[in-house]
Formats: sequence, C-alpha cells, structure tokens
Amino acid sequence: MSFKEEKHGVVKITAAPHVRSAESTTRIMWSVVLSLLPVTAASIWFFGPSAVLVIGASVAGCLLTERLFGGQRNSISDGSAMITGLLLGLCLPAGFPLWMAFIGGVFGIGFGKIIFGGLGQNIFNPALLGRAFLQAAFPVAITTWPGPAPDWWVLRGDNFALPFMSPGAADAVTGATPLGNLKFGDDPVATPLLDLLLGTTSGSLGETSALLILLGGIYLAIRGHLNWHIPVSILVSVFAFSGVFYWLGLSPFSPLFMLFSGGLMLGAWYMATDMVTSPVTHTGCWVFGVSIGLLVVIIRIWGGLPEGVMYAILLMNALVPFINRATQPRKFGSPRGKPEPAAEKES
Amino acid sequence: MRATTPSQDFIRGIWKENPVLIQMLGLCPALAVTNTVKNALAMSAATFFVLTCSSVLISSVKNFIPKEVRISSYILVIATFVTLADMMLQAYAPVQHKELGAFIALIVVNCMILGRQEAFSSRNTVYRSLLDAVGTGIGFTIALIMMGGFREILGIGTFFDISLFGPNFEPWVVMVLPAGGFLMLGFIILGMGVYEQRKQAREAHGEAA
Amino acid sequence: MNERPDTDPIEVKVVDPSQPDTAPETPAEEQVSTLRLVATLAVAGAVAGLLIVLVNLHTKPIIDEYRAEQLRLAVYEVLPGVARYRTLYRVDDALVAQVPEGAKASDFRQAYVGYDETGEMIGVATSRGESGFQDIVLVIFGFEPESGILLGMKVLESKETPGLGDKIFKDQVFVDQFFARPQTPLAAIKKGSGKGLPGEIDAITGATISSKVVVSIINNGIADWQGVLQQADLEQIVPEEAP
Repeated sequence: MSFKEEKHGVVKITAAPHVRSAESTTRIMWSVVLSLLPVTAASIWFFGPSAVLVIGASVAGCLLTERLFGGQRNSISDGSAMITGLLLGLCLPAGFPLWMAFIGGVFGIGFGKIIFGGLGQNIFNPALLGRAFLQAAFPVAITTWPGPAPDWWVLRGDNFALPFMSPGAADAVTGATPLGNLKFGDDPVATPLLDLLLGTTSGSLGETSALLILLGGIYLAIRGHLNWHIPVSILVSVFAFSGVFYWLGLSPFSPLFMLFSGGLMLGAWYMATDMVTSPVTHTGCWVFGVSIGLLVVIIRIWGGLPEGVMYAILLMNALVPFINRATQPRKFGSPRGKPEPAAEKES
Repeated sequence: MRATTPSQDFIRGIWKENPVLIQMLGLCPALAVTNTVKNALAMSAATFFVLTCSSVLISSVKNFIPKEVRISSYILVIATFVTLADMMLQAYAPVQHKELGAFIALIVVNCMILGRQEAFSSRNTVYRSLLDAVGTGIGFTIALIMMGGFREILGIGTFFDISLFGPNFEPWVVMVLPAGGFLMLGFIILGMGVYEQRKQAREAHGEAA
Repeated sequence: MNERPDTDPIEVKVVDPSQPDTAPETPAEEQVSTLRLVATLAVAGAVAGLLIVLVNLHTKPIIDEYRAEQLRLAVYEVLPGVARYRTLYRVDDALVAQVPEGAKASDFRQAYVGYDETGEMIGVATSRGESGFQDIVLVIFGFEPESGILLGMKVLESKETPGLGDKIFKDQVFVDQFFARPQTPLAAIKKGSGKGLPGEIDAITGATISSKVVVSIINNGIADWQGVLQQADLEQIVPEEAP
C-alpha cells in the first residue's frame, strides 16, 4: 500500500528542517549588501568618482567569475559574490588601477570560493583572499594612499592604467594612513579620534569611517544576521591588549586609536563574521575573536606592515575547523568529561 | 611488474608520468628556484646531469651492492654527482650558481632521483636505465621551464630576459616569491586536470556516438 | 561490543608486487657479512672522494679567481678613482697586513685600503651585513677614515623583495645618493620630507625597512672601523708597494 493510495489523510514524510522561515541565504546576503550602502556612499563622498570605479571593477570581477564558473543555477542571485566584490572594493585605496581591482575580484571568487566548491565550502573569506593576493602581487599600488584632492570629481590616482601596466605617477600627493604615519612616519602624530570616527583620513575606501561601519554592523546584529559575539570579542580584545602594551610603554598606539584606525572596524564587523568561515559555537566565536584581536595588536605593533587585520583574520580562518572541534558542546544527558566521538559512532 | 618496451621507458617520464606535474616528486626545486627561465634551466641541467649519471652508474654496479646498504650507496653516488655539479656550476656559471644558492646542494635530497634509482635503475639494464633517466630528466625540465616561464612572464614581464610588455609593465611581485611557486604549480596542475577531463569526456562521447 | 564472533583466524599473505623477482632469492643471500657491507660503502666512498678531489683541483682556481675579481670590482666601485688596494686583516682590534701563522684569511674581517695612481690614499672599503626585511643584506662601502665621509656603496648580497626592497641595488637614483660625498652619520628620510641636512638619504617609497638597513649598515660600519683605522696609523703600517 503506497501513500498515494491512502485516501483519508495523506502522511507526508520529509527530512528536516520542519520549521519554515522567511529567512534565506539570499535575504541575509542582500540585507548585508544594504547595510554596506552607507559605507559605500561615504567612500564616494570622501574619494569621489575613483571610489565608484574601484568598487565597480572589483564587483565586476567577482560577478563575472561567479557567473562563468559558479556552476549550477544562477549563483549570482544569492548576493554572496556581490558582498565579496563590495568588501574587496572597500578595502582598496582609491587610486588603485581598475585592472588590478578586477583581478582581485576574479582571484577572490575563483580561488577563495569556487575552487573549494562554492558558497559554504570555502575556508577563507574570499574578499580577504583577493586582498591578500593583491597585496602580495602589487605591494606598491596597494599602499599608495591618495592625499586630499583639490576637487571632489578629480580622480585620486591612475585608475585607468592599461591592463598589466604600471599606474603613472600619482598627481596628487600621497598621504600616509593614520597607522602608517604613527608607526613609520618621520614625524609621528596620532590622528585625532574624531577624524578617525568620521573618516576624514587617508586609507582604504571603506575603512576610513569607523562610525558608519559600526552603524551598519549593529543593524545587522539586531536583525540577527551576524553573530555579535565575534565583533565584540575582537574589539574588546584589541582594546584590552593594546591597552596593556600602551600602558607598558611598548606601543605608540593608544587603545582608542587602535580601535578606530585602519581596517579593524570593517574587518571585525564584516569580514570576520562571514558565516562560512567563522566558528559555529559561541565559545568558539570568543576564542576566534580574541585570537584575531591579539594577532592584530601584535602585527600592528611589531610587524613589518602597518596593518594586520587581513592576515589576522585569514590566519584564524584557517584554524576554524580546529576551534569547532575543540569547542563542541556537551550533548544533553551525556556524562561530563571528555566527549568521545568515536564511541558515539559505534553505538 | 608490467613489462615495458625501451621506448615506453623513455616516453613515460616525459609527460604521462611527469615527475613534477603527475608524480609530485622533486617539488622543492620546482617551487624554489623557478622564478626565471634561466634559473629553471640551470636547475634542470644540474638535475638532469645528476639523474643520468647516477642511473647509469647504479644500474651498472647494481649486482655488487648488497641489499642492506643500497639506499646509502645510492645517496653516496647521488651526493658525489651533486657535488661535482655544484663545483662545475660555480666555476662556469657563477651568476646562476649564486641565484640557485643552497638548492644545488639540495638536489641530493630530490626524491625524484632517489626514486628512479630504487624503482628502476636497481633492477634494469644500463641501457634501459639511461632511457628512463633521460626521459624523466626531460619531463622534469619541461615542468620547470613551464613554471619558470609563466612566473617570469607575470613576475618580471620578461621571457628569457627578453622584455615582453615594455618598460611600463607592472610586475606581479608575488609570482617571483615562493608563494607564487605554489600558486603557479596549482594553476598548471589545474589546467592539466581540466584538459584531461575534457579529453576523457570527448573520448567517451566519441565511443558512444 | 568489542567481542568478535568466533571464526577461524584469517590468514593474510602479504604480497609485495614491487619485488616479485627478488623475493624468492632473499632467503639464499640473507646473511651478508658486515664486512662486505662496510667494504662496499668504503670502496664507493673512496671512489666518490677521489672524483670530487679531481674535479675540485680543476674548478677551485677558476672559482677563486672569479671571487677575487668580483671583490676587486666591488672595491673599485665603492672607492672611485682607486688604482690599487691592499688588504688588511683585523686581529683583536688591530690591523695587520699578514694574518698570523696558521690562521685562515677568511676568519678575519678585512679592510681594503685604496690608493690612487700617485700612491696617495683615497679611503678604506669594508663590508658588513645586517638583517634586512627578508635576510641578511651584505654591503661593501668605502669611506675616508679621518673624516668619516662616505665615498661609495654597493650591495653584495640581498634577498629583499623583488620589485620593492631590491631597489636598494637596482634603483640607480637611490644608489647614487651614497656616492655624492655625504656626511656621516646618514639618516634615511621619507622622500620629500628632507630638511636639507648633509647626511640625508631619500628612502625608497614602500621599502623603508630595506633602505634603513643600508643606512644603518654604513653608520654602524663606520663607527665600528673608524677608531681602529685611526689608531692603526695607515701610512706607517702599509708600505707603499704595488700589490
């Protein structure tokens, strides 16, 4: 007797999940995109048309790669490639040549995501992987920060450098980022906190305005689209560790300066919280966040580079599977002590 | 062991069982010194010399070497030839020798060479061992030149020191660094995998039709 | 759970497919005498040693000559106008023209005192290494021992990042700064932020660390050698002979 022949009351048997929800990957992804819009708008306000061009090029690189190699269905529409492109564009300098930004997007999606099997399978945050590749491949271009331009519509560098060719000499004076200035400058002065908060400093497109990133992040946390444990633990640990080192006289960075300078806000709220590449347990999230914070502080104070958020997050991304394994919660009713997964399987 | 013909011994190592790209042997030199075609060529030449000489020598004295000390004997033979290659390169190609640095001495531990001795030369005739060594050496050279070529083109913008893109080329610094070696090896193996897959699909399709 | 059902013990026969030919022979020649093993290796080692010595006899002079030539070129480069030079060895903070009996010349740090065609002393060249961004950077530089004025600089060895740090020897503009008779101690500064002081060296954009290493090598090197050289009374210790 099959179920179809049963007239009175059909028995439906389906696999989990049984709870329906309006939430879907697509919806979450697009609301992340939405929360990034103020930051994007601010970058356009600060850096003029160059910002549109650089972000556009990296988004184009991501979307095109996703379309060509993303495999089944149209995986563009889930919005994840859009986020990668936006985030990548936001952590590039305004005068960056477009062809490089495009390659960064291609590399980030192609080798950060698709090669692992697409969304949900990747180990590293694709946007950061693209950024790391660009940093390794074009170290000069990616650290050429534009200084203030005379007019809003002036390009902030040689955006239209021909593919494979070097950008021409920058017309505008290059400026040092607040972090670079304090670490390597001949005349180190800490940038005032208000400038850091509002974003009227030199730096990557999206990392300058700490305040707007904070707002977007909090919006997402309230909507439940990101795990607030991660950014909070990162920020608290950066604050605590840099406070200790500052107090000991080992670092020139005050804790507040650390918090609001560089890519820390963008990294903590948008990159580290990537659902695919962060731990699944709350304990794991705290371990993850505190470790990132510690690494950021160490790289910023003693590293050869002024900024360390990117490498800190990528390093911890690689450790996520181990964190997950180490922080497995105890099964309800099982005896306290060490869980024995092997024994579970046999029973 | 499958019986092979002499021509198979020769051809096998060049592509089908390419030591670097298929067997993944000898990766240390393949990753470390292939940032330019010239370096790749110098490395291949030194390795080729060591491999061929060791194979011939070992296959000709294989009956005198007791089984218990065969690995030590192989290492001794290989190390001797490596030292000779090292001194000769230093004398006649000092610039290349400086570029390759310690990696010449490290040919001793190239598992591809020891592998060929253990797997082939120690149980085949001198003639067959020579063919096998030359084929493997050519395969190694092809792989290294592929790596060196792509890395030099992207990383410096030249091929064999000939400028390809003009003076304005923006070098991809990562490609001449060790990380670029890993990336390029990955790219090449990916490309070969895709090619093989397509070929098999086409053959299957052809049979079905 | 751990109990297995009672069954006959399974016989496992291990077949090594790689050695089908030798496997049956093994029992016959199982006991090879230790003497033979040692003898085999000894003979092989002796032959190998002989080969290496023979080739070394042939290549050593070529290698040594190349090295000496490279050194000569480097000294000529960092002491502009030099016609010949003498090598001095630093033994216990004193300079001698000959190394002590039974010691190797390469065990001592060396200074090369350069003279122009009329036999007038131009300056002293010496080399020094410090760790850069990637690895040790080895620099040879020439200076006047009395005034400490830098005469020239050449990077001998460096593994600095291609395209960035390697500009310390590839960027002619950077290198030329060390030949314009700058006053020491030098100071590496960011391009454009100079105050017109005599010892300023424009650092390479994006390779500040590598640039500072070169400057630091020269400053420390001159500080290290100047006292020793001034004490040594070069006119007296160095006979004016053609090398």
